[in-house]
Amino acid sequence: MTATAEKLVSMRDAFGDKLLAMTREHDNIYVLDGDLATSTKLDKVAEQNPDRFLQMGIAEQNMLGVAAGMAASGLQPWVCTFATFLVKRALDQIAVSIAQPMLDVKLVGAYSGLLTGCTGKTHQGIEDIAIMRSLPGMTVLAPADSVELEQMMEYARSIKGPVYIRVARDAYPVLFDGGYRFEAGKGVWLRKGTDVAIISSGTQTSRALAAVDLLAAEGISAALLHLPSIKPIDREAIERAARMTGAIVTAEEHSIIGGLGSAVAETLVETTPVPMERVGVMDVNSESASNDELLRKYGLTPEDIARKAKTVLARKSG
Amino acid sequence: MEQTMERTADLEIRELKRIATEVRVSVIKTVHLAGAGHIGGPLSAADLLTALYFRVMNVRPEHPDWEDRDRFVLSKGHSAIALYSVLAERGYFPKQELSTFDKLDSRLQAHPDMKLLPGLDMSSGSLGQGISAAVGMALAAKLRNKTYRTYCMVGDGESQEGQVWEAADIASKYGLDNLTVVLDWNQLQQYGWKGTDGRERRTPVEHPAERWRAFGFHVIEIDGHDFADILRAFEEAKAVRGKPQIIIARTVKGKGVSFMEDSHHWHSRVPTAEELARAINELRGGTAS
Repeated sequence: MTATAEKLVSMRDAFGDKLLAMTREHDNIYVLDGDLATSTKLDKVAEQNPDRFLQMGIAEQNMLGVAAGMAASGLQPWVCTFATFLVKRALDQIAVSIAQPMLDVKLVGAYSGLLTGCTGKTHQGIEDIAIMRSLPGMTVLAPADSVELEQMMEYARSIKGPVYIRVARDAYPVLFDGGYRFEAGKGVWLRKGTDVAIISSGTQTSRALAAVDLLAAEGISAALLHLPSIKPIDREAIERAARMTGAIVTAEEHSIIGGLGSAVAETLVETTPVPMERVGVMDVNSESASNDELLRKYGLTPEDIARKAKTVLARKSG
Repeated sequence: MEQTMERTADLEIRELKRIATEVRVSVIKTVHLAGAGHIGGPLSAADLLTALYFRVMNVRPEHPDWEDRDRFVLSKGHSAIALYSVLAERGYFPKQELSTFDKLDSRLQAHPDMKLLPGLDMSSGSLGQGISAAVGMALAAKLRNKTYRTYCMVGDGESQEGQVWEAADIASKYGLDNLTVVLDWNQLQQYGWKGTDGRERRTPVEHPAERWRAFGFHVIEIDGHDFADILRAFEEAKAVRGKPQIIIARTVKGKGVSFMEDSHHWHSRVPTAEELARAINELRGGTAS
């Protein structure tokens, strides 16, 4: 496994293809769209299995409620729209109509994170994890690549109850092979190391892998723990990372407030407090620009992760 | 023959009135005991809910999860105590349990919780949401070729939520003729506006029928306290094809107790022991208007 895996696969295409396959295999799955099917790739279902596609129009609050009613009637609706509209515009609907009654609705936040195709802060989704993990009973998942995404979708289908999956817009290196098995609440060790442990999630994991290589070139041994499941979270693996290295850096394509970094910090302060640094979007409003420009300006590049690793190392030895 | 049928209908209506009276007594007693809760809205909805659970809906209280049952969603969830009182009368759970309303560990939450109480088809409480769930239930029936019907009660204050109209749009778009919405049009809300008639705490919409018609609904306007009217309206609704229906029921907040009727003070006031006794006396004695 390398940081510069040759094969790139579009996350949204993988999502659309997998969902289409699932609607063909399972007769209780229906797909609800908030008029973004061509962006989210729900159009694959709309065009190839139209009986399972329901257009709910540009009205997210109602869409979530309709999904709740369908789930209460024995169906398994999959709702997909941009993460920011899903979890912010329709948050009360998710909380009251879906999470509190623990209804079997699958929530897919498309265009999650900072890289949303030059659409800017109104369309980026960098608070979704913070918001969703605060809801009792909600499972919160962030895949690193298309293989993991497909497995998460299978997992979500197999359990009864609400699950939130964040899906990136663009193509990402395929990190996992066919033998990989996603498990809710389980972390995945991608690199062994002794000086510092990077804990990453979602799309930031491939950038964290690159950071491990950058650090290795400087003689620093960095471990990499990938946490695809943010709720439930693998507390044991986090504690192990802290005990093994005594220095932690978290990396996520999400706000610095309330996401993976916060979840890891909560575990560390309660169990194994060690120096820790967080890589994420600082508490500022972002803007529209190309992916590379955004990653650089908002501090999410492999170099940024490596720099924070050195900062935490200095704190550890100081 | 015709005379016999009329007599049967009279008997039926007398029985529904008797049940609705017991429902009202339960509402007022329970709120008095709990020291909290809503009264005005539950009393305005009591007759409609009684008609639904005792005559209109196809339900089996001994088997509340029966797959083909008709569904009911109380979108105006703060009138939960009226729904609980009707469910208890109908035999879903023992009437004594009403005394646990709003208490720690009770199945009878301030707003309906489907996880706790069998017989509740949906949780609600945050206004505007229940009607969307009802649309989802009706849509599910269409998708799966099920014959059950879905009923949903919304409030007129609640109808200020935009989600109500998002839901109406989709119900209409998908031609959900298996969905009947009931508007408990009592024209009062918690604080509201001063009405054109100078009265306080009024809801703003004077002509809801025009709105719902514009959203593609079959509209039926009735007196929400006249059982003959109520039963006729539900019959008419059932026969409609290709369109969702709304029964706009003109109701009186606090209906049945003279000193509570049409008074915003009783939106969520708790009656004293003396007021409770007077209210029960009026209800059972039938001296209220």
